[in-house]
Amino acid sequence: MTSSIVGSRILAALAQVRDPELDEPITTLGFVASASLDADGTAEVHLRLPTYFCAPNFAYLMVADAYDSIAALDEVRQATVILDDHFASDAINDGVAARAGFARSFEGEAVGELDQLRADFLRKSVMAGTDVVCRPLGLSPVELAAAKLGDLPPSEALLRLRRRRRELGLPAGDDSPLLIDPRTGAPIGADAVPLHLRKARLTRTSLDANTGICRGMLRHRYTTDGQGEEALS
Amino acid sequence: MYEKDGEKYFIVDSHMHYWNAAPSNWVPGAEQYAKGWIECFHAYQGLGPAETHWPIEKFMAYTEDDLMKDVFQDGYVDIAVFQPTYLTEWYKEGFNTTERNAALGAKHPGKFIANTRWDPRDGDDGLKRLAENVDRFGSIGVKLYTAEWNNGSRGWKLSDPGAYRYLEKCQELGIKNIHVHKGPTIWPLDKDAFDVSDVDHAATDFPALNFIVEHVGLPRIEDFCFMATQEPNVYAGLSVVIGGLMHARPRFFAKVMGELLFWVGEDKMTFGSDYGIWEPKWQIEGFVDWDYPGSEFDDFPRVTTATKKKILGLNAAKLYGIEVPKEYQLDAGEGAPGARDDAVGVSSESPAASPA
Repeated sequence: MTSSIVGSRILAALAQVRDPELDEPITTLGFVASASLDADGTAEVHLRLPTYFCAPNFAYLMVADAYDSIAALDEVRQATVILDDHFASDAINDGVAARAGFARSFEGEAVGELDQLRADFLRKSVMAGTDVVCRPLGLSPVELAAAKLGDLPPSEALLRLRRRRRELGLPAGDDSPLLIDPRTGAPIGADAVPLHLRKARLTRTSLDANTGICRGMLRHRYTTDGQGEEALS
Repeated sequence: MYEKDGEKYFIVDSHMHYWNAAPSNWVPGAEQYAKGWIECFHAYQGLGPAETHWPIEKFMAYTEDDLMKDVFQDGYVDIAVFQPTYLTEWYKEGFNTTERNAALGAKHPGKFIANTRWDPRDGDDGLKRLAENVDRFGSIGVKLYTAEWNNGSRGWKLSDPGAYRYLEKCQELGIKNIHVHKGPTIWPLDKDAFDVSDVDHAATDFPALNFIVEHVGLPRIEDFCFMATQEPNVYAGLSVVIGGLMHARPRFFAKVMGELLFWVGEDKMTFGSDYGIWEPKWQIEGFVDWDYPGSEFDDFPRVTTATKKKILGLNAAKLYGIEVPKEYQLDAGEGAPGARDDAVGVSSESPAASPA
């Protein structure tokens, strides 16, 4: 196997890792500074973020997820993921390397793991994805309230919305309602549809604005493209 | 003041700074944080027009002359509100303290309002210092930075009992305006540090205080908007929205402005340049010229000249009791909530359209 094929396997694995706050792959966001694999199966990935003070909890999730994704590859015998240039680099890198979990990596500063945080942000992704899917349909509130996921024309956005709902354990089958409360899974009644869609659009706008600012900050901080930033976008 | 097409705008820059981040002010042993902080700020400047970028050396320690020229002479600002940021764990004399700001203000009477700050983790000593600062500098506003590090603590919440003691003290001392800035760290670290629900609690429990959430709660604009809709005393500070998005991401800027006008409303949005991150000149000129870039924005509230006058100065003038000369005030009936009612499909359901 040539090194470029191996390299692309690593990048493909890293492309499965998302920034949980922005809901985009760390590759297309430009967060992968380098990714290499030696002949003996030692993989080393360096990650970088838009600022020195990016939130340490989200940073930890990305480093830990990146570790899991490359460690699962057959050709990788030993994996190292290093977050560069961050105020909590040491705690995060050491914690992930030791598979210590977040609370132990930040002893005294955290009381629990990050599952709740991740779920909160998946719910935001569901709301933002709801706007992406519904906006082009041009349906009335009554029609939207009655629509099932299986009724909709296939699209990338719909697949993504279903994946996010599945990750949260929310109904995602063909018979499931298009509009649900992302916390309870309960269907949204026609009367509540306009406000639900307003919230969905606002959530999407907020995510897009954050992504825009993060990209701008990263571009200022690092002049080079990230690995897989163009190829997989 | 700024004048364009016969319209006169009274400008209150409600969020700006005079900092010293030069290496000589870095605390030994904390240099990486002091450097990381100012470099992070400098990256934000990169989101403005290229011709307004400064080299990092100037950015670390711009001078009094720079500030007076950029903000007042070239920048159209009538009154500027200093927002202090202490960060004394990283900067020996602090990053920009009330004292440093007020000393500059004293040299230019009538130009500045010097806000102060507090940190609930400073306990009784902090309460005493707050009273002294109000007495000395006449502060009627404070800037709170919930993610600031303090003796091993990585942040606090406005709903903490310790913070409530300070909010009570604020009322007692005549402080009206609480500017809140969320940051990336807070105890415990496994929670979302940018969450704004603590502001919601405090705003409900202290209805006589105004809570201006700076940077509109970025990166949690949606949580901020849902909250601001329900709290009549919560305002949107636009620093970073105009500076960080208007030039760099014009379409997102339009969407964010549309959402803010819908959820928060034009009477509760205030301009802040965030100087020295961005100079006010291009922000004010650009905002006065701005409108939605196309018909896809038709169901957002309309933006009128009155909307812009309020946001650029009249709203903040009300918050700070600044007397606005008659020629800059709105005419009777101008800029009434009717401006929002013009929005297609919004009038009846817009939470911002209901009287506060």
